[in-house]
Amino acid sequence: MSPRQIVIAGYGMAGSRLAEEILRRDPEGERVSLTILGEEQHLAYNRVLLSGVVAGTMKAENVTLHGQEWHDRVRLGVSVTEIDRDTRKVTLTDGSTIGYDTLVLATGSRSWIPPVEGLFPDAPGVHTFRTLDDCEGILAAARPGAPVAVLGGGLLGIEAARGLVGRGCQVTVVHPVGHLMERQLDQAGGKVLAKQLSTLGVEVKLDAKVNGYVPGDGLKLEDGLVPADMVVVTAGVKPEIDLAVKAGIAVDRGVLIDDCLRTSDPRIHAIGDCAQHPGTMAGLVQSAWEQADVLADLLTGKNVAKRYRGTPVVTRLKARDVDLAALGEVHVDTDAEDAEVLCLNDPTRGRYAKLVVKQDRVAGAIVIGAPDAAATITQLYDSRVPVPSDRLAVLLGRALPSEATPAGSPSELPGTALVCRCNSVTKAQLVTAWRAGATDVTDLASATRATTGCGSCRDAVCGIADWLSTTT
Amino acid sequence: MTLEGALVTPREFPTNRGGLCQKGWTSGALLSNPVRLTKPLLHGKPVSWDTALDFVAERIERIQGEHGRDGMAIFGGGGLTNEKAYALGKFARVALRTSQIDYNGRFCMSSAAAAGNKAFGVDRGMPFPVTDLDDADMILLVGANPAETMPPFMQHIKAGLIVVDPRRTATAERAMLHLKPAPGTDLALALGILHAVFSEGYAEQDYIEQRTHGFADAWRIAAAWWPERVERVTGVSATDQRAVARMLAKAKNAYILTARGTEQHASGTDTVNAWINLALALGLPGKPGSGYGCLTGQGNGQGGREHGQKADQLPGYRKIDDPEARAHVAGVWGVDPDSLPGPGRSAYELLDALGRPHGPKGLLVFGSNPVVSAPRATHVTERLKALDLLVVADFVPNETTALADVVLPVTQWAEEEGTLTSLEGRVLHRRPALRPPQEVRSDLEVLQELAIRLGSPAKAFPTIPEEVFDELAKASEGGIADYSGITYARLRDGEALHWPVPSREHPGTPRLFEDEFAHPDGKARFIPVDHKGPAEPPDDEFPLRATTGRVLAHYQSGAQTRRIDDLMKAVPESYVEVHPDTAERAGLTNGDMAKVESRRGEVQARVRCVPSMRPDTVFLPFHFPGENSANRLTNPALDPTSRMPEFKVCAVRLAPWGEA
Repeated sequence: MSPRQIVIAGYGMAGSRLAEEILRRDPEGERVSLTILGEEQHLAYNRVLLSGVVAGTMKAENVTLHGQEWHDRVRLGVSVTEIDRDTRKVTLTDGSTIGYDTLVLATGSRSWIPPVEGLFPDAPGVHTFRTLDDCEGILAAARPGAPVAVLGGGLLGIEAARGLVGRGCQVTVVHPVGHLMERQLDQAGGKVLAKQLSTLGVEVKLDAKVNGYVPGDGLKLEDGLVPADMVVVTAGVKPEIDLAVKAGIAVDRGVLIDDCLRTSDPRIHAIGDCAQHPGTMAGLVQSAWEQADVLADLLTGKNVAKRYRGTPVVTRLKARDVDLAALGEVHVDTDAEDAEVLCLNDPTRGRYAKLVVKQDRVAGAIVIGAPDAAATITQLYDSRVPVPSDRLAVLLGRALPSEATPAGSPSELPGTALVCRCNSVTKAQLVTAWRAGATDVTDLASATRATTGCGSCRDAVCGIADWLSTTT
Repeated sequence: MTLEGALVTPREFPTNRGGLCQKGWTSGALLSNPVRLTKPLLHGKPVSWDTALDFVAERIERIQGEHGRDGMAIFGGGGLTNEKAYALGKFARVALRTSQIDYNGRFCMSSAAAAGNKAFGVDRGMPFPVTDLDDADMILLVGANPAETMPPFMQHIKAGLIVVDPRRTATAERAMLHLKPAPGTDLALALGILHAVFSEGYAEQDYIEQRTHGFADAWRIAAAWWPERVERVTGVSATDQRAVARMLAKAKNAYILTARGTEQHASGTDTVNAWINLALALGLPGKPGSGYGCLTGQGNGQGGREHGQKADQLPGYRKIDDPEARAHVAGVWGVDPDSLPGPGRSAYELLDALGRPHGPKGLLVFGSNPVVSAPRATHVTERLKALDLLVVADFVPNETTALADVVLPVTQWAEEEGTLTSLEGRVLHRRPALRPPQEVRSDLEVLQELAIRLGSPAKAFPTIPEEVFDELAKASEGGIADYSGITYARLRDGEALHWPVPSREHPGTPRLFEDEFAHPDGKARFIPVDHKGPAEPPDDEFPLRATTGRVLAHYQSGAQTRRIDDLMKAVPESYVEVHPDTAERAGLTNGDMAKVESRRGEVQARVRCVPSMRPDTVFLPFHFPGENSANRLTNPALDPTSRMPEFKVCAVRLAPWGEA
């Protein structure tokens, strides 16, 4: 029985992960013969960490996902130019063709450049922010003190801005909408974020109408110029669907896929940024990796009943000194009738927390500047565990004291209070022992064994002895 | 400690600094306990030793005649002295010639042992004296609750403490930072902290280059676990992960210590290796004043796993499938190396095979109570009942002796001489303080009597502990855990001997790794490990995660501590810790009797509402028997390397007791 020929078009976050997952299930290549095609010259790298590379916390060589052995597994520097679905062949940029039993589109997405006069991908000073090469270009140009405009105040733009301001650039985020990260944040949340960024030295221009770009000068806005030696364009991405469109495969914004990650041609699958599944939002690594996991099960026959049902979307900003998480439905007012909405707004200290609860479950949340709450709420959202009834504690990220903290004075301590845990000794037992004649700490220790374990209750026992000696 | 009559008083010693917890103070009560086993029992009736032993020997011969050598099996314990553990291993291989021997330490520290061997080339819980911890300015404790399980140990933690535990334990309450990962996600947490260490520039590059191998492969996995991704899996905030990285890196002297919470998973070995990877990235192991260590669980957790009661092991921490090791040990034992059996089944696999067509038909149990302490306890009980012969040697009746055909009353701690090896690899000599009751015999005597009946010469199984120890020392010579330079005389003189002690003149090795690790090239290994998650994740049917552990007042299966009034007064019955909301949703309030149910069984437990619990997690202590036995719930999914069952997480549901 010869293995099935599988061609993976794309070696980014989704394609490389799928290849790994298939190898893990079929290490000897008994079931599947893999051809992996990567357009870039690099071995797969972790795109999520690129903002760390820009910020300088990570070096380019440390974001590699695969070891050198992958040079033998992947064809780098080639991509698919055409799919012939009838003969099940793909044509590559080098003119060669490869037959397939199954084709997986993992072509990802490309940066979108808004239509602005003078703004082109290869115009001087213009950088997109998507690939390792982009990153190296940005770093080469990011001189301390230089003015930089970041066009687009979404997640990626803010991470880039935070990284560049950390490198000493004078950064302005230019955003066409009324508040930052408008897809994930409500207006108040966006304001807190903008304020936090300005504290760190990032200027933010909202509602910006960009009329043109002049290399050397900067971005011309309706109300003036944003000076920029460099413009980093983070205005969004477009799924790479040209191949699919040419081959007559059904697309919307991305290539349409079902729960088996199948396109309208059942011999062709799609995962990652180029794909569009009703259960998730494109552009997230979590979805891409979960899709790769399911597809590897299906393609290797490891678990043919496996299905992909979608990935709940959690947005987590990775920018030093800005802790932000956003998930689910957030554009809900506090007076909404079909939901409980809690909100705490402390812009002065860069904190904002909004929690939307429906039927006792987290439906959405924005958490800025409260990392514990972000972690807890994300888990409640993912696991669908009912939200604890102490909603305020959830919002603040820590349980409020549910019982009175032990009284400072021994006299106020209840008799049942456990003083020595190692030997299960309560205050009442110490008092009894005292009254029976054990009137100093040593005698109390021999009578009750308090303090004879780890010794951490020594101060408390001394306190009780002092109190008893003054009151009896 | 010292003992007068049955009264215990503490004395100064480096590990406990003269401290005793309630278990230590009350341990004398067990010596004079009225339920003490004092006569051999055959089918529940008192008989003479000869009757009992003749019966056992006759049955063993019949079983081995019908089913072959492996028809008989032995199950040992991590509380046995080194001498007993050694003699038990020898008895299996020489007298019974069965491969079927393992012990309850498999349920305890096997994952740390496997991980230590992989990373360092040797497994010694703490490769440094415990007193070294006193000078640490930061200690990261992972899955350990010494404030309850080993309270005097807390005296060594003097400065910064970070605790990783799903529960707010007594230990966590003392920490400056407490991370509360969902049960079964510790490995992801370790990867996230490693990621933070590296990306914040805290990795010790020179150390990594000079003293280790394999960082690049380990990093490639950790690179995919950035703290924000780890947060989503574990529930520990990215900020806290970075804080831990910073606190450990900035400390002058730092230690990472792990225990059962890390190990008792189907991915326990990988999880321990993940924390060792973190320690290596920070350059801790082998650096003076810093390091990685593992806290032992049982009285002789360390020594018990070195001298041959493990299925794959010969004395001196030798591998049973290594021809040189076999030749050496066979030489000491005066037998043909080819007569030694090969590796047998691991503890759970052994219990699971009992009474099955290809499994053992007879079992000898020494110092263990698997009816309560094994995972999937109901099933294990059925397997024990399916045996043709069950013999249990113990000093108090327990749930396993209740099923036994023959019960042999043996000596306990204060009544016998022997050695134990502590968590720091130090060999301790225990003197007898009391005469045992008249008809009670030592385990060594029992083994000799049985061996003679099975055709071995008496001198192959000496009954004097010192003689057994001298033989053990020879058998361990040249092995990893080399005791060959240790003698009772040196121990009686009060020498602090940490193994290896390769000669009579050798002063012992309190600190391993100062110059090199135990792999042939002297370097430590980063092991590339990835997070997989619990073997049984929660689902709609069983939506909660159950985790199990110890309480201060009890020990292991509770067979000993449940006999002591003071301890029963402190914690009289099993309970389930649960978040008040989770209790309320199940129709329960504080103090109610709950039914906790998994795919393997159900347990009755009193509800304790604890607001600091994660709402998705419940906790049960495992010291109680019968309907209260937490191990009726636990999942016997095994670690592929250590064969450790997944005690620390399984999926359960909660309901009021008595509800259908």
